[in-house]
Order: sequence, then C-alpha cells, then structure tokens
Amino acid sequence: MNPTTPSLVQQVIQKRWLGKAFILLLTLLAAWRIVTALLENPTLFLQQVVNGLQLGFVYALIALGYTMVYGIVRLINFAHGDVFMVGAFVSYYSITRFQLHTWLARLAPGLPEGVVLVIGALTVMAVSMAACAILAIVIERVAYKPLRNAPRISALITAIGVSFFLEYFAALQFVFSPNFITYKRPIQVVTWAISPNGITTLGGGNAPPEGSILFSNIALIIILTSIALMLGLQFIVKQTRIGKAMRTVAYDKQTARLMGINADAIISITFAIGAALAGAAGMLYAIAFPQIFFWMGIIPGLKAFVAAVLGGIGSIPGAFIGALIMGQAEVLSAAYISTPLRDAIAFSILIIVLLVRPTGIFGEPEREKA
Amino acid sequence: MNKMSKSTLWFLGGSLLVYVVLQTLVSTGLLNSFWNTIIRLGGVMVIVSIGLNLIYGINGQFSLGQWGFYAIGAYAAADVTYRWSVNKSADGLVVLMLATTLSAIAILWLHKRLSKVRGLDSLSAFTIYLTATVLLSALSVQIGMALTPVITSLLTALPAAIAMQIVYLLAVLFSAVLAAEISYLFGLPILALGSDYFGIATLGFTIIVKILLDNSDSLLGFVEMKGARGMVGIPKLTSLFWVFIFIVAVVIVTRNLLRSSYGRAILSVREDEIAAKAMGIDIAEYKVIAFVLGSFFAGLAGGLYAHINGFLHPDTFNFIKSFDPMIVIVFGGLGSITGTVFASFAWALVLEGVLRLFLPEGFETWRFVVYPLLLLIIMLLRPKGILGDFEIPFLRQVLPQPRKKEQNTPAEANA
Repeated sequence: MNPTTPSLVQQVIQKRWLGKAFILLLTLLAAWRIVTALLENPTLFLQQVVNGLQLGFVYALIALGYTMVYGIVRLINFAHGDVFMVGAFVSYYSITRFQLHTWLARLAPGLPEGVVLVIGALTVMAVSMAACAILAIVIERVAYKPLRNAPRISALITAIGVSFFLEYFAALQFVFSPNFITYKRPIQVVTWAISPNGITTLGGGNAPPEGSILFSNIALIIILTSIALMLGLQFIVKQTRIGKAMRTVAYDKQTARLMGINADAIISITFAIGAALAGAAGMLYAIAFPQIFFWMGIIPGLKAFVAAVLGGIGSIPGAFIGALIMGQAEVLSAAYISTPLRDAIAFSILIIVLLVRPTGIFGEPEREKA
Repeated sequence: MNKMSKSTLWFLGGSLLVYVVLQTLVSTGLLNSFWNTIIRLGGVMVIVSIGLNLIYGINGQFSLGQWGFYAIGAYAAADVTYRWSVNKSADGLVVLMLATTLSAIAILWLHKRLSKVRGLDSLSAFTIYLTATVLLSALSVQIGMALTPVITSLLTALPAAIAMQIVYLLAVLFSAVLAAEISYLFGLPILALGSDYFGIATLGFTIIVKILLDNSDSLLGFVEMKGARGMVGIPKLTSLFWVFIFIVAVVIVTRNLLRSSYGRAILSVREDEIAAKAMGIDIAEYKVIAFVLGSFFAGLAGGLYAHINGFLHPDTFNFIKSFDPMIVIVFGGLGSITGTVFASFAWALVLEGVLRLFLPEGFETWRFVVYPLLLLIIMLLRPKGILGDFEIPFLRQVLPQPRKKEQNTPAEANA
C-alpha cells in the first residue's frame, strides 16, 4: 500500500472519527430536540430560556466561590453550598425577626416606598454577605488552614465534614429547625407580560396576552444584582492590590510569600469573597424560590460546582459561562426531554464536555507539577 | 517462605477465630439482630472501601464513582433474587449471566484486538465497546427469555433452600461482573482525564445512577424496583458467614495482586506517572485494571448489602453517601488494607451503632452533628489516618532484599 495515502480504517483511527461521531450524534439529537421545540412554540421556548437565565445567574454567583477557592488552594470546598444555605437563612431572619428591610422607614418615615425597599433589600443582602464571609473565614481558619501541608484529600474530607456539620447543625430545632420555611420576600412580585404588542403588567386577575413572555421583577433583580456583583468581583480581582495578590498566590504560593505577600491572609480573603457571593446568591435564590430548608444548599451547590468545572475550574469567566449553560440545560431538559432526568442530563453534559475538553471550556491545560 | 506461610496461617486463623466468636455471640443471642446488622454493614463497607483503596489509595485515581457501582451491584443482585423468590422465575439470573458473560467475552476479545491498533483514542474505543455490549445485551435478553423455562425447572428440581442460595451467590457474583463491565466502559474514556476532573466525572456518574434508580420503574422498565419508593421484598440472605467469606476473599485477592508485578505497576502509577511510563508501564492499562477491579468489589458489596435489610432505596445511593468509603479509606490510612478493615468496622459501629443508641435523650438529632465533628477532629489530629500505613504481617509488602555489601563495594570503588 502506498504509505502517503493511508487506508480508510487508518484514517478513521487517526482522525478519531468514531469518538467524534458518537459525540456528534448526541449533540445532534439534543440540537434537533431544541430546534423542533423552538419551531413548535417559540414563546414557550423563550420563556424557558428566560427561566434558565434566572437560574443560571444564581448558579454563577455560587460557582464563582468554588472556582476562586479552587484556583487558589486547589480545594473543592464542599461546604460552599451550605454557606449559601446559611446566607438564605440569615437574610430570612434579618427580614422576619429584625425587619431589616424597612429600617429606613422607621428611621425617616417620610421617604418614598421605593427608596426604602431598595435600601432595605440591599441592607439585608449586605448582612447575609457579611455573615457568610465571617463564617467562611472561621471555617477556613479552623478546618482548612491546619491542613494546608497535609495531603489534599485530608482537606477534602474536612470540607465534607464541615458541610455535614453545617447542614445538621442548621437542622437542629433551636438553630434553623429541620422544617421547610416559607421565605418572606422583602419585595412584591411584579410580573410583566412582554409580547410584540408591548408590555403589560400582570395582576388583578388579568390574563397575559396571547404569545407573551412572562418576566418578573425578581428575574430582573437577580440578573442585575448578579451582573453588578460579578463586575465588582472582576474589579477586585483585576484592578486592586488584593486582587493582584490573589492572582499571585494562585499562581505560585511560595514565590508570592517571597514577594512579601501574606498568603494566609489572601487565602482567607478569597474564601470570604467567595462566601459573600454565595450569601448574596442564597438571598436571591430564596427570593426566586421562596422555600428554605437546611438541605437547600446541596443541590444548587452541586450544580454550581459542576458549572465551575464545566467552564474550567479556576477561571472566573468560565464559571459564569458554565453556570449559564447549566441553567439552560436544567430548564430546557426539564421542559423538552424529561423532568426527572434533568439532573442526569446536566451531568451527562458535564461528562461529555470533559471528554471533549478535559479541563473545561475555559480551563488551561493542567501544568506539570514540578 | 516459611515466614510468609506463618503470617498466612495467622491471618486465616485470626479471621476464622473472629468469625467463630461473632457467630457464637449471634447464635446464642448475646448480640441481638441490631448489632448483627451493623457488623454485616461494616463488612460490606470493608469490601467497598478496599475496592476504593485499590483505585484511590493504591492507584491514585480520585474516584467518587464507587457508590454508583455499589448501587448497580445492589439493584442488579436484588432484582435477580427478587424475580426468583417472588416471581419464581430465573429470568433475571439467566439474562444477567448471559449478558455479562457475552459482554465479558466481547470486551476481552475486542481489547486484545484494539490494544494492537496504534493511535486509537479512548473515545472511539469506548464507542466500539458500547455498541458491542449494547447489541450483545439485547441479544442475551432474547436468548435468555428462551432459556428461562429450562433453567427455572432445573433449579426448582433442587431443594428450595439450596436453589435460593445458588441463585443468591450467582446473582451477587454476576452483579459484580456487571458493575465491573460498566466501570470498564465508563472508565475507558474518563480515566484519561486529570485527577480532579476524573473525580468530578465519576461523581457525575454516581449521581446519574442515583437518578436512574429514582426512576427505575418508569424509565428503565423495572417495575419491581419501584423507583423512588424503594424496592421491598428482597430475600434476606446475606449472613455473617457470607460476609466473612467475601471479606477474606477480597483481602486475599487484593494482597496477592499487590504482591504481583501487576500490583507493583498499579502502585507505580500513583507514585509517579512519568517515571512509570519511562519504566515501560502502560499507565492507561493499569489504571483501567485497578478501576475495574475496584468497581468489581463495589458491585460485590452492593449485592451483599441488598440482601441484608431486604429493602433498597435510591437515597442510600445518594452522592452524599458516596463520600463514606472515601472517609473510611482516609481514616484507615490510604493504601493500607488493615486500616481499611479497621476503619470500616469502626465507621459502622460508631455511625450506625453508638451514635444511634447512646446519645442522651433529646439529643438524637445530634447524631450527624457529632459525626462530622469526630471527622474533623480525627482529620486535624491524624491527617494520615488512624493507623497510618500500618499493616498486619500477612498484608505487608515484600520489599526487595537490600543489596549485599560485596555488590556495592565495586560501585563505590569506581565512584
């Protein structure tokens, strides 16, 4: 045989066609399902996309914490989802017990209601962010720092231990109680129906016009807050001295120490920032799905973690993109493929993406350890 | 040689003694059925954890998929014995045995052929294997259904108790083979990933298995598994005897594997992949071997577990529980088999027994508050496990004899 023209079999092997065909087949199946769904009922499809966006932005906030911590200490911080849960509960108690969302009205009764609500809701969010940040610093100091030089698996086991502890401690009767609690939203839900004919506000029993997409102020709040927080994070990481130090420590801890950076303090700050984002996410998630309980952190935490891996763990834009993909995957597969299988589909996507890009979408190839 | 057989005798005698003592305690009623169950659960945990120790502790592949294979083994074995004891039909057994045997033959045959093909990527290989096994499984369902009446009448000719035990043993063993085959298919493309990514992909596998089990009646068509309501009516056949037999078998297999050249190769992959490659070791091959054997043990343990309580629920195979064997092997000391056995029983006794029974009144809900605290304290005090790398003599690695002085001298003289 002429060596310059390899046989068909050789070509199939060299070009990895079989594996590619398999992946392509799966992708085509999914794409076909989505396209038919879009053609069948475009408004319903767009509605699902909007719902997926809302979910995706919440996942993005949680995923950032995973990705930052992993980037800097190479630890899968399994307790992060439970920090998210604590954030939701802190915001719940600051609303129900301390009426924190109306503090401005009590202080200055004459102010317009809108201002009071915005300032109040932001205060509640700030409180849960602060609480989560403190909690994360405590966890880091008590559970992770002593194990910094131990094998990585030890820190992972402690992370699981911390996660269990937070869950079941929260489940105790005098802490957050083991019950489902209905979340009291600090703001009223307003739903808009967006159709080609214009925007109408729903309420008072009027049905949405034909062919309209429902969009609530909650989705708007979630998307805007998430974007604001992410821009803030991007600013901190890229523009400030702390962010520079964080990037340095993530790149090389030993050298960072030699450059006079207090690596332990930077690691604590990273944990705190990640947890603060999770705290905000906890509140947003509770506003969107107003039922909170001690296990609520596990599944969103896991999804966000998958999102971080999907995007390339350690990469901040990756976490964001990954989370949006996860949000869409979850909502669309629930709507068009199979509701009970939606999580399975999300994980299958993860596995397939890892097969094609072994370090996630934005991940850098793994460096050889020196 | 003499010393080795002495340690073997010690090991076998010791296990026999432990078994006899426990069995007497159980038979005389000194240990009630609660503790009997806990000991058997601990025993099952030993087998899962040794499997995981092989994958993670010894081969260095961070796998969270162990619990998924455990679930597969449990449900497959339970389904077979359920069909036999309730439906009086050996169809489950026949189909399982046929499918696993045919797939095993196909996998081995294909493996022999495909490993010679240079440059074949793992994903393409996976596609070939998947197609082959799916086709063969469909075929074996057809053949199995035709064979079922014959096998059923053969088995019913035997005394009922003996037939039951035969079905049980075959179910447990072939479910383990099933778990191993699935792990082979899954591991082939996945094992090429970096360590953390491999862990996450296997975690995804565990979650997918759990979700499928949640919908086993509606989506997979196994009505008797009852999906998220939990499978009931599985015969309770796993006695202390079987648990002990399987633990001893698994320990001996692992120990002999570790002493063989295969074991050394598996160990070298953990120590340094590049150096191992330089020594001519086919890293991918040995990763797969460790992963498949570890999953085989997981499937085996699953089969045993299914027949302890007589019911199965998908929540048992939740991904949160999938960290349990990881916790056990880290506590026992990574790579240490003695430590794994010890930690598994300690885990079962503490978590299922002591914390359930001896928490003061009004503090029952504190069980899972105390458990992670214990976890944290032990981890902070002994990050390398309770026993470190201690092994009983039977399980110790035989290190190469140190070189004799005479051999060294010329080398030193040259230097």
